[in-house]
Amino acid sequence: MIKMKDVVKVYDNGITAVNGISVHIEQGEFVYVVGPSGAGKSTFIKMMYREEIPSSGKIEVTGYDVPQLKHNEIPYLRRQVGVVFQDFKLLPNLTVYENIAYAMEVLEKSPKQIQNRVMEVLSLVGLKHKARMKPAELSGGEQQRVSIARAIANMPRVLIADEPTGNLDPETSWEIMELLEQINAQGTTIIMATHNKSIVNEMRHRVIVIENGRISRDDKEGGYDFEA
Amino acid sequence: MTLKLRTLSKHISDSVRNIVRNSWMSFAAVSAVSITLLLVGGMLALLFNVNKFATDIEQDVSVRVYIDLTTDQEQRDELQAEIQKLETVESVDFSSRDEELENVISGYGDSFDLIDEDENPLYDVFVVSTKEPKDTKETAKQIDEMPYVARVSYGDAKADRVFKVTKGIRNVGGVIIGALIFTAIFLISNTIRITIYSRGTEIEIMKLVGATNWYIRWPFIIEGALIGLFGAIVPVLIVWIGYYGAYNNITPFLSGSIYSLLSPNPFLWELTALMVGMGVMIGSLGSALSIRRFLNV
Ligand SMILES: Nc1ncnc2c1ncn2[C@@H]1O[C@H](COP(=O)(O)OP(=O)(O)OP(=O)(O)O)[C@@H](O)[C@H]1O
Ligand SMILES: [Mg+2]
Repeated sequence: MIKMKDVVKVYDNGITAVNGISVHIEQGEFVYVVGPSGAGKSTFIKMMYREEIPSSGKIEVTGYDVPQLKHNEIPYLRRQVGVVFQDFKLLPNLTVYENIAYAMEVLEKSPKQIQNRVMEVLSLVGLKHKARMKPAELSGGEQQRVSIARAIANMPRVLIADEPTGNLDPETSWEIMELLEQINAQGTTIIMATHNKSIVNEMRHRVIVIENGRISRDDKEGGYDFEA
Repeated sequence: MTLKLRTLSKHISDSVRNIVRNSWMSFAAVSAVSITLLLVGGMLALLFNVNKFATDIEQDVSVRVYIDLTTDQEQRDELQAEIQKLETVESVDFSSRDEELENVISGYGDSFDLIDEDENPLYDVFVVSTKEPKDTKETAKQIDEMPYVARVSYGDAKADRVFKVTKGIRNVGGVIIGALIFTAIFLISNTIRITIYSRGTEIEIMKLVGATNWYIRWPFIIEGALIGLFGAIVPVLIVWIGYYGAYNNITPFLSGSIYSLLSPNPFLWELTALMVGMGVMIGSLGSALSIRRFLNV
């Protein structure tokens, strides 16, 4: 599903963010990516959906040879990979419903399809009753749920989340994690970069530890103890 | 690049919203297009009419065949018969050197009076008309190779001069128009850039969820095209009014001559199509330029 081989990323400024990573992730896995700040977690993740291009090495995601994709092929990779951010990236002038529908409209889905699917994901994230509200009227946790709903609206096979709970209090973070578990249970692969120790330690999943641009540990059901 | 109707109407309403949202920049860009098209339109109207004038002159020309001074009556008749045989020739008229002198004197006045009849420097001439104006040049060439012919001239010297004027106008006009188009494209691409900035998050999300590049581009291209289209309205109106004014004032002077201005009916419609087409092209080109820089990452 996701394969990396000897991937290196040197930014234009000369910083080597990723320094030889090889990894396999299977369909349906739930993977935490942890490690100190500046270790290269975000860079590692960004290369999966072609936000960054590796300087060398091979990357394959859902059958796409990612570094070799032409500009006009990138959109089709992105449809397989949903992305969620720490800062939600919702459109402030659109309602919750419209924000989610937007992601489907731009793929030219039919209004019927859009309506059905938006209601479906809204009930999955538990926000049906707030469909007509604007993002500013929602709590941080609710906004993150909307952004997750949007990310999965087009049914991607992979959901990538870069510190999805970074801006949320512990309680709300747990709610978001429940939601991600649920999405994972439906078969979606989940890759999540995080600094949240208690979550990684309690909701046990595969843990990839990145330090200095390399994978220093890769445990099937590991904890957050890389600093030790 | 295929567009569903629903998508198209969404793109159009998006672009109209963008134009309204950045109304001042849009207004500046529309004005730039208007000024450009007004000058282009005026220039083209002038150019096409000068061209028409030159063709009118060309249509008017006949070939003048200057006959060798040593030619006798018999040889002259021989030459006339030979010219008459050419398929392209309609008629051949003889004009003696004395008649020619009369013509010159009546045309230029008394100063030629001084020339004594015996010193007449002119030739006997055949004035040859062709059936089709386009054959003038070729016919002249053929006659030039016949015996007893001193030289041949045809009226395209005048036409050439007019064409030279046309070319001058075209060159100067081309430079001005080029500079104006450049400015208009620049202003439009700036307007579109502002729109792109103001829709930064939307574009980011569109790219993230996998909208195609064309899907993202369309609203901006349409926005540019609309700016170009709106920019064409005022200059087209002015050109119509101006051309009708000029046409109605100048035509009476030309009646009876072989010259005429291009008739407004097909010409103004063609000019309108040209101006609108240029406006839309300038607009879409301007936006295509700024999108290239911003989206093709
Ligand atoms: N666009 C960029 N251009 C240049 N250097 C960059 C860029 N993005 C990241 N870097 C550098 O690459 C290194 C790895 O950054 P990255 O964002 O991948 O780390 P991270 O593990 O996600 O850190 P954090 O936990 O703080 O989010 C850092 O030294 C950073 O300064
Ligand atoms: Mg990061």
